[in-house]
Amino acid sequence: MRVRIRGARLVDPRRRQEELADLLIADGRIVGRGPAPDFHADQTIEAEGLVVCPGLIDTFARLREPGFEYRATLASELKAAVGGGITRVVTPPDTDPPLDEAGLVEMLRFRSEALGLARVHPVGALTLGLKGERLSEMALLSEVGCVALGQADVSIADSLSLFRAFQYAATFDLPVWLTASDPWLAAAGCAHDGEVAARLGLPGIPTCTETIALARLLELARATGVRLHVQHLSSAASLPLLAQAKASGLPVSASVSALHLACSEHDIGHFDTNAHVIPPLRSQVDRAALAQAVAEGLIDVIDSNHTPVDDDAKSVPFAESEPGATGLELLLPLTLAWARERGLDLAAALAPITERPARLLGLADAGHLGEGAVADLCLFDPQARWQVTPESLASLGKNTPLLGKTVQGRVVATLVAGRPVFSRC
Amino acid sequence: MSHPQLDEHGRLQHLLSLDGLPREVLLQILDMAEPFLEVTEREVKKVPLLRGKSVFNLFFENSTRTRTTFEIAAKRLSADVINLNVSTSSTTKGESLLDTIDNLCAMNADMFVVRHASSGAPFLIARHLRERGLEHIHVVNAGDGRYAHPTQGLLDMYTIRHYKKDFSRLTVAVVGDVLHSRVARSEIAALATLGVGELRVIGPKTLLPVGLEQFGARVFHDLRQGLRDVDVVMMLRLQNERMKGALLPSKEEYHQRFGLTPEKLALAKPDAIVMHPGPLNRGIEIDSSVADGPQSVILPQVTFGIAVRMAVMSLLAGQGAQA
Repeated sequence: MRVRIRGARLVDPRRRQEELADLLIADGRIVGRGPAPDFHADQTIEAEGLVVCPGLIDTFARLREPGFEYRATLASELKAAVGGGITRVVTPPDTDPPLDEAGLVEMLRFRSEALGLARVHPVGALTLGLKGERLSEMALLSEVGCVALGQADVSIADSLSLFRAFQYAATFDLPVWLTASDPWLAAAGCAHDGEVAARLGLPGIPTCTETIALARLLELARATGVRLHVQHLSSAASLPLLAQAKASGLPVSASVSALHLACSEHDIGHFDTNAHVIPPLRSQVDRAALAQAVAEGLIDVIDSNHTPVDDDAKSVPFAESEPGATGLELLLPLTLAWARERGLDLAAALAPITERPARLLGLADAGHLGEGAVADLCLFDPQARWQVTPESLASLGKNTPLLGKTVQGRVVATLVAGRPVFSRC
Repeated sequence: MSHPQLDEHGRLQHLLSLDGLPREVLLQILDMAEPFLEVTEREVKKVPLLRGKSVFNLFFENSTRTRTTFEIAAKRLSADVINLNVSTSSTTKGESLLDTIDNLCAMNADMFVVRHASSGAPFLIARHLRERGLEHIHVVNAGDGRYAHPTQGLLDMYTIRHYKKDFSRLTVAVVGDVLHSRVARSEIAALATLGVGELRVIGPKTLLPVGLEQFGARVFHDLRQGLRDVDVVMMLRLQNERMKGALLPSKEEYHQRFGLTPEKLALAKPDAIVMHPGPLNRGIEIDSSVADGPQSVILPQVTFGIAVRMAVMSLLAGQGAQA
């Protein structure tokens, strides 16, 4: 199968380059660009006025299967993913049961491959049942396709267990992906311990919940040599710790959720449970610092932290509501908004959701538009504005503090291995 | 974003919080309460303003005292009052808060007086009523979690105005567990709205929220310093469970450092008044000799509370309300 994408604005984040040209695809891979009159395509996709970029790679999206099918299903969320231009989804292990054995991971991969939508890269559970006590079979989990071991947002309270888990993962050079959150400081809270929580009388989660946990993770990574990825940082105070660790040569990376680049504690408004997320939305100062850190490359990737929650679990008082926000279909527009605010060009804008996550996952043939790359592509209209409504989202999760807001940048088509998996008519 | 307690014309639709209540509405309620105070002192303590209306007291958290004051206020306005102790009924059977509301709406409620343990619960109910097109049903927040207790805040303002008149010349101290106190948040919001001269907040760091400066408050950790030359002392109740969770070591130490004794009160202005939302923990946050002493206005607060709640209810749902 030979495909020509005609007249597109090709944006390659790896080469930091934009070019108006045709993109040529054969057998699921990019084979070249240019007018190439002698390239005979079986299919031509007209892409005039559209940006063509590598398919987005989301490093944290809950797909809710197995166990939470009443919230969302693999089919619904992978459809939402390709609708958001995402061609690879890294999914955390906090399913029910958690992804702590190879059979579960194989099942998840088999079922997602059968859908033929976005590719799914599971993160295996670092400990059995995410309980932080007994180690999972990390080597076996890696053999069946887990790209890393992690705990989703579940903390391991016992430092010795965490130390051992890091040592064991480092034995096989397996990356560990964790959220930095001190379980005791986080336990009582539901919102950033700042001016909004103080005013609304919501139990707070102080910034040191993250910095204490981050310092511990970094020191244990230093002691064990494990490759550590810290998921969705939320606070400015974490950034010097991260910078110091990177400067000292630790193999550490970090992400921030797109929502944390777009929103702050003030989006809670009058107790909007859609703004109840983990980690909490923090202050404007935190938001600005995180945005700067992504631009500088200190924070490597932007993830969606996609967490579909059913309406019932959000239709209760704020503190009792289930944390989480839908994110797959907002990853691109929110990342573009972050880049516009900072005056970045499109290639720089897309790097944290394409090229940098590909590097994090060690994928040489993804996240760029070079010859030989897998033809996982996202075609989008960078000018198109659309309103975020329950109807405009394909995900079964309709929960986001951005409901009713207008965002810019809409995916028109998505290809996986050169095959169209989504197109908006 | 407009406040969900106001309708599109800026009129009071619900009473959810004093944080976001316009100054003129706040003053209107205080003014309306004056004649109701006379009603409560008459031999026939009833006016027909809410005749035929059904007021549901929905208490998801127990409180005999607050429920009773609302019940008395509604009955003096001639409303039919239905008391529902929800904490012991439907929710323990698994029914959700909004299911309960839907059921009561189907019984043609006119007003919900809501007490709930979670901050923001009345906002959820108000939003739900709007989504269902049931805006004619009013919600009065009778205390939600740590957020708001607006009628308590209003009666406190009524009390201060009654004894002290001009807010701009007053120094007011709020003492105690501000962190967990909906009463404190409502008082602080109202005092800010009314332009109090100086607002002080006094307590140990474990019981004060971060960012009190945003409310324009001066923070003290020493009761003696904080009380110097104040006109109004607003004490807060100390919940017994604060000894758990490493917030305080003991009642005795709390009393020694933050309890209001005659000797500490002597540091305030000679004509300072002492307020407390009740119920009192005598010998912990306040000594009996202060609570029962000449500067205490704790019992008048209770009387004013009925009149203020009558004013709120009649403003929301009374005959010709807000015409």
